[in-house]
Amino acid sequence: MSTTDRLRYVYAVTRPFEGVLPEGAHGIGGEPPRLLRHGDLVAVVGAVPPEDFDEAPLRARLEDLDWLADTARAHDAVIAAISTVTCPLPLRLATVCRDDSGVRRLLEDGHDRFVRALERLDGRVEWGVKVYAEPQAAEEAEPEAPASGTTGRDYLRRRLHARRSRDGDWQRADALCRRLHAELSRYAEAGTVHRPQDARLSGAPGVNVLNAAYLVDRTRSERFVELVEAASEPGVRVELTGPWAPYSFAGIADEDAPAPGEAPAATADAPAPQEAGR
Amino acid sequence: MTVPVTRAAPEPLAERRIALVDLLDRLLAGGVVLSGDLTLRIADVDLVRVDLKALISSVSEDVPSPWGPAGEVRL
Repeated sequence: MSTTDRLRYVYAVTRPFEGVLPEGAHGIGGEPPRLLRHGDLVAVVGAVPPEDFDEAPLRARLEDLDWLADTARAHDAVIAAISTVTCPLPLRLATVCRDDSGVRRLLEDGHDRFVRALERLDGRVEWGVKVYAEPQAAEEAEPEAPASGTTGRDYLRRRLHARRSRDGDWQRADALCRRLHAELSRYAEAGTVHRPQDARLSGAPGVNVLNAAYLVDRTRSERFVELVEAASEPGVRVELTGPWAPYSFAGIADEDAPAPGEAPAATADAPAPQEAGR
Repeated sequence: MTVPVTRAAPEPLAERRIALVDLLDRLLAGGVVLSGDLTLRIADVDLVRVDLKALISSVSEDVPSPWGPAGEVRL
């Protein structure tokens, strides 16, 4: 198939940057991404086959978990590669144009949005923080038959004790979530909450009670990571992922954008005093 | 399923071991949403909620987040 028949998958928008994309970002379908510059913006694009990415097949493909997983990983690998050389604005998975001129139109139409979002995200990374409750008493509390030699009263007492400590575990997990969130918020410029993950999907032990993401300036990341790593307590496990490209915050810039003609909203973002030094 | 954390200095990122579920949290709900030439936007597709519904969306009912429904928290 000639290149002209193929669709254009747009991974991200960036500012023009020095250098080239690092080796190793194979892109979707093994097709290395390339840079398409239009004015003062650059789209990171890859050619993809219409058999997979035209509207009807794409709809079907997206429901195929294996295909979705491969595509998501390839998308992320490209974003991660760009992130080593510049701060990209990641686009939603499966943003597809017909051809290069479609990509140019997209950059043209979205220009002001992209510029605002890139400014907002420049120098920031996303960290994922998940809190799991691991109620220890839960297992002990499983209704064991009263062992021989113990009375029914002993059994009931044990059950009651187990339930109380289990309730305590949940309360501790809840309190830790709130405390941690408040503390992390002081280091973050924005936070967002994803759905808690199902253990059947994640394979992670415990019950995921908080699945949050924080947008953090790179210069503050080290302290942020330390805070998270020190946060686990008995019965409550805290996990960190990242640094991610600012996926969870790329769309938010749109909502914060001032309406045309309106003065920029000074309150849109938490003040970031460290910015002065950057 | 734990992800080795790369600190400020990024490792070769292609090497990162990332849990699919963490990735999908971000790629299906994050990123700038645009209409490309194709009208399909992933946000419009019931998609994943269809096939993975049993897995992904069962979560929210069983385990409500202490912060209420999923969504942004302004700091």
